[in-house]
Amino acid sequence: MTFDDFLQAFFSWEILEQAWPILWAGFLNTLVLSAVVVPLGFIGGVILALLSTLRSRWVRWPLIAWVDLFRSLPPLVLLVFVYAGLPFAGLEVSPLTAVAIGFFLNTGAYYGEILRAGIESVPHGQTEAARSTGLTALQALGHVVLPQAVRNVLPDLISNTLEVVKLTSIASVVALPELLFQARQAQSVTYNATPIMAAAVIYFVLLWPVVRLLSRLENRQMAGRR
Amino acid sequence: MSNWDRFLDSFFNARVAAEYLPKVIEGFWLTILLAGCIILTGLAAGLALAVLRSLGIRPLNWLIIFVVDLFRALPPLVVIVLLYFGLPAAGLSMSGFAAAWLSLSLVLMAFAEEIVWAGITAVPRGQWEAARSTGLGFAQTLGWVVLPQALRMVVPPLTNRTIAITKGTALASVVAVQEILGAAQAGVSFSFNPTPLTLGALAYLVLFLPVVILGRWVEARFAWKR
Repeated sequence: MTFDDFLQAFFSWEILEQAWPILWAGFLNTLVLSAVVVPLGFIGGVILALLSTLRSRWVRWPLIAWVDLFRSLPPLVLLVFVYAGLPFAGLEVSPLTAVAIGFFLNTGAYYGEILRAGIESVPHGQTEAARSTGLTALQALGHVVLPQAVRNVLPDLISNTLEVVKLTSIASVVALPELLFQARQAQSVTYNATPIMAAAVIYFVLLWPVVRLLSRLENRQMAGRR
Repeated sequence: MSNWDRFLDSFFNARVAAEYLPKVIEGFWLTILLAGCIILTGLAAGLALAVLRSLGIRPLNWLIIFVVDLFRALPPLVVIVLLYFGLPAAGLSMSGFAAAWLSLSLVLMAFAEEIVWAGITAVPRGQWEAARSTGLGFAQTLGWVVLPQALRMVVPPLTNRTIAITKGTALASVVAVQEILGAAQAGVSFSFNPTPLTLGALAYLVLFLPVVILGRWVEARFAWKR
């Protein structure tokens, strides 16, 4: 194979021009999907983290079991189970609903673990001081503990969000027309790898700044731990 | 048949379970094999890149940073799809197993390099200087003084990341590897019953629940005293 053949197979300008409208639609869907599943997972995580502040063992153990259950199942398995399994239980779900349920359960568990660690990193004296100034338990949590907790685990939160955005690519498996799905469609029509290559480039351009930022934050965090 | 009976008949059908259990167990071993291969090559390559980076050769380091950023930014499924569906356009084809192994190894390599490198930079400068002043060479200092301290520091993040990427083995089902999810999905389409998916989910729990709990323990065991 010559170098020109290689270029033709992976970086063909004509194919890219043909496939661009399809890829662009997929890119926009990936953005919309991320804008749905990131807040959804985050809300799930906040609920789990808040529940974990209750000291009762009747909350604690079921909570740990829940979090570990959904951290043990690969996200794709959860998604396929929801999408292909629920219709047998008489519940027909759209791809988007299936993705939303799967991500709520899976990424909610991850966000929950991160936020719990954040809340635990805030010294108990902060709550006591806040309560003694007359704040209610809820106010102390909302105005004093959570802001510090989120700041302490910010790199982990950003890192998890990056993983969630990357993970939206598994929605292609249930035929949700996001970027990877659209690229595969274009590839199977054109018999050319350029659309997939283009999708990879789009993902990279979109996410590289986040990776750079994280790598700086992580290095600083590790250096601070000497 | 009541709703409950229908639910049991769908998701916990003993006849279907008996028929497809052997397939899912085969998939279970294949998942373990794939995961083992990924962990070995991914961690070894990541460690090697981190050591190379410590040599401080500028152009080489730029290259390493770029490759690492690339595989941290790209969704693993995109890499798998590119290798499996894209390479044949260049006249090269690889099996689904090889595509998944290579892709996830590259992803694990990238994350491992980043984590180990952060550990190396976190070892105080004085450790280098002290070791060199006792007459150890560069390689000896790195191997006997710096790396042991760095690796111990990065055990928790490295363990968590390795577990997360190992769960990506389920993505191999997309490229026709009959690992747990692939075997389970095949079972569903043959039997028109979601019980094989239930078996698959249980198989993942058997495999990953102990690993996730081990991860929790590792995190506590190597925890940083703040």
